[in-house]
Amino acid sequence: MNVVVLVKQIPDPEALVAIGGDGVSLDIEQKFAMNLFDEFAIEEALRIKAKHAGKVKVITLGSRKAIEALRTGIAMGADEAVLLEDEAFLAGDGYATALVLSRAIAKEPFDIILCGRQAIDDDRGEVGPMVAQFLGLPHVGGILKLDVADGRAVAEVAVEGGKETVEVQLPALFTAQKGLNEPRVPLITGVMRAMKAQIARATAADLGLATAQAGRPGSKVKVVQYSPPKKKPAVQIIPGAPREAAIEAVRILMDVERVL
Amino acid sequence: MDKVDAIIVGGGLAGLTAAYHLATAGRQVILLERGDAPGSKNVTGGRIYVDPIKDYLPGIIAEAPFERHVVKEIITVLDDDASVQLEYANDRWRSEPYMSYTVLRATFDGWLAEKVSEKGAFVIPKKKVDDLLWEEDRVVGIKAGDEEIGAHIVIAADGALSFMAEKAGLRKPLEPRNYAVAIKEIYRLDEKTIDDRFGLQPGEGTANLFVGAITRGMFGGGFLYTNRDTLSLGIVVGIGDLIQQKDPVAASLLMEEFAARPEVQRWIRGGELKEYAAHIISEAGAGGIPKLYTGGMLVAGDAAGFSLNLGLTVRGMEFAVASGAIAAGVADEALAKGDLSAAFLSRYEQKLKESFVLSDMETFRHARDVLENKRLFTVYPKFLSELLAALFTIGKGKKEPLYTSAKAAVRKYILNWEGCKDLFSVRKM
Repeated sequence: MNVVVLVKQIPDPEALVAIGGDGVSLDIEQKFAMNLFDEFAIEEALRIKAKHAGKVKVITLGSRKAIEALRTGIAMGADEAVLLEDEAFLAGDGYATALVLSRAIAKEPFDIILCGRQAIDDDRGEVGPMVAQFLGLPHVGGILKLDVADGRAVAEVAVEGGKETVEVQLPALFTAQKGLNEPRVPLITGVMRAMKAQIARATAADLGLATAQAGRPGSKVKVVQYSPPKKKPAVQIIPGAPREAAIEAVRILMDVERVL
Repeated sequence: MDKVDAIIVGGGLAGLTAAYHLATAGRQVILLERGDAPGSKNVTGGRIYVDPIKDYLPGIIAEAPFERHVVKEIITVLDDDASVQLEYANDRWRSEPYMSYTVLRATFDGWLAEKVSEKGAFVIPKKKVDDLLWEEDRVVGIKAGDEEIGAHIVIAADGALSFMAEKAGLRKPLEPRNYAVAIKEIYRLDEKTIDDRFGLQPGEGTANLFVGAITRGMFGGGFLYTNRDTLSLGIVVGIGDLIQQKDPVAASLLMEEFAARPEVQRWIRGGELKEYAAHIISEAGAGGIPKLYTGGMLVAGDAAGFSLNLGLTVRGMEFAVASGAIAAGVADEALAKGDLSAAFLSRYEQKLKESFVLSDMETFRHARDVLENKRLFTVYPKFLSELLAALFTIGKGKKEPLYTSAKAAVRKYILNWEGCKDLFSVRKM
C-alpha cells in the first residue's frame, strides 16, 4: 500500500504577520511549523503502512525552507520526501498548486493520498479536492476514521449532528480532520534519520509543466487586498488596593461601558 | 546497545560549545534541548566578555550576532525616593577589539546551534531527557520519553537546576540560600532612540546596574542592558531572603515596582513590552559546585554551578563556554583512549583548575559572604542618599556647615561597629 501525504509549511501560529505597504504582500516573521491537519494525515499514513506494509511519501510545494516540514515527516516515520521547488511555482493559488502537486503524485503508482482538510494559514481547504479532481479520483473530505481493505476504503466523516460512513474504491484522496488520530512525536532516532535524509526535488520542467501553468500565471484567483483584523482596544490596568480597584472596575463596567 | 560517541544534554552555551568541539573532532554527537530551540528557554541579562571565550570558540566568534559593544557602565544606587547615579565611560572601550557585548541569547544560541549543525552534530530541540542509563557505576546513555539512546559519554549542560547532575548523584540537594530568582522584561525601542537616550554612537551600548531599595533589603539588584533595538530590564533577588521575609512580597511585584521607578522609566519609557521571563541563578559560588564527573559523564556550565556574582559583574556565560570546550577536549581524549572511567575523566576537573573557570571561582570563594550583607542593600544606599540630601538641601533656616552634615551622616551609618566589620569583610574579595 503506497500512501502519498501532501503537507504544507505554514507560518508558526505565534509568528507575527504584517501586511506589506502594497496591501497584497505579507511580511511574516521567519518562524514556521507544519500545518496541524497535515500531521494527522502523516500519522494516518504511518498507521496504514504499519498495518498493510508499503511506503509513505511526503510531498510539499514550497521554498527551500519547506524542507523542514518534509524532515518532520521523515522524523515521524515517512520513507521518502519530495520538495517541489521552482521559481515558477511561487505565489500560486489553490488551483495552480493542486495542478503541480497532482503531476508530482502521478509520477509513481500510489493507492492513497492523504492531506490536511485545510491549511491553517489561509483556511481555504481547496487543494485536496482539486488534486483529486486533476487525478480523476474520489475525494472524501474531513475524515475522522479510515479503514482500508481489498482495494476499498471505508471512512467516517463528520456531518451536522452526527457521522456519515462512506465507502470508496482506491486509489482515492482523503483529507484529515481533527480527531482522526493523535500525531506521534518524532523519536530522537527519527530526527537523526531525517537530518541525514536526502530530499528529492522536482522542478516545473521535471513535471512537464510550462511556467505559464504554474504559480501566479497559472492561477485563477488573485489576491486584491489584505485587511488587518480590527484592533482590540488597549488593556486598561486599574491601580490601587484590590478592593478599591474592584470597585472602580465595576463602576467602569456599569457607568462607562454599560455592560452590566 | 548501539552507542553514539556523545550525548549532550542542554543547548545553552556550555552544551553547544561542547558539541561544536566534539563534532569538529569528528565525533558523532547528539545534543538534546528541552526548549523549542536552543536559547528559547534562556533568561540571561546579558552581557558577554569576549577575551575569556575567544580561544574557546576559535574562528567563529568574530561572526557572532552580538547586540552592542559596551562602552559605559552606569550604576544607580536607590533609596526609597532618591537615587545616586554613577557613570563610568572609557574611551578605550570604544575601539576594537571590544571588551564586552550585550547579547540576546535566543539569537546568539540559535546562531551557535547552526554552527554546531554545520559541523555535523545533531541538535535536536523539544526533547526533554528524563533519566540516565547506567551499566554498573557508569553512565552509558540517556532516556527521553520511551526512548533509550546509548552513548560512550554524556555531558550534562542542563542549566542551573541540572537534573542530570542530581540523577547521577553528583549534586547535593538544592538549598534556597544558594539561588536567586531573576525576572527579565524585554522592551522594544527604536535603535536611534536608544542611541540618543543613553548617549551612544550607533553600535555602542551600556550596562546598567541598580542596587538598593528595589530589593527591599534583600540580596539582589537590578540590571538594564541596551540591545540593538530592545532593552533587557531585570531584577535578581535571593531566594533564601525571599522566603524569609516577614511581610512576604512576590518577586514579580518587586519587578513591577522596579520598572515603575523614575530612574528606570527614564530609560524604558515608550518601549513596548515584548517578553517576560524568569529563571533561577546559582549564587553559591565555589561552595555550590557539585562533583564534576563520574564514569561516562561530565557536568558543564550552570549545571556545574559555574556562575560568579561579584556585585558589579556577574559572570556565567564565559564559564559555560570554557567549561563546555574543556569538557569536549577531555571527552575526545577519553573516547580516543577508550577509557571513560571516572578516574580518567577526573582530568576534567584538573583542566578546569588550570583554566580561569575554577581558579576564578576559587579566588572569589568568599564573595558571596560579602555580598550577602544586608547593609549593602539598606544602610549604604540610605547613607549615600542622606549625605547628598544634606549637602544639596537649602531650606529656610540656617544651614549647618557641610562638614557637620556629612559627619552626622557618616556617624549615623558608617562609623560604627557594623561599618568596621563590613570594611573588614570586603578584604575577603
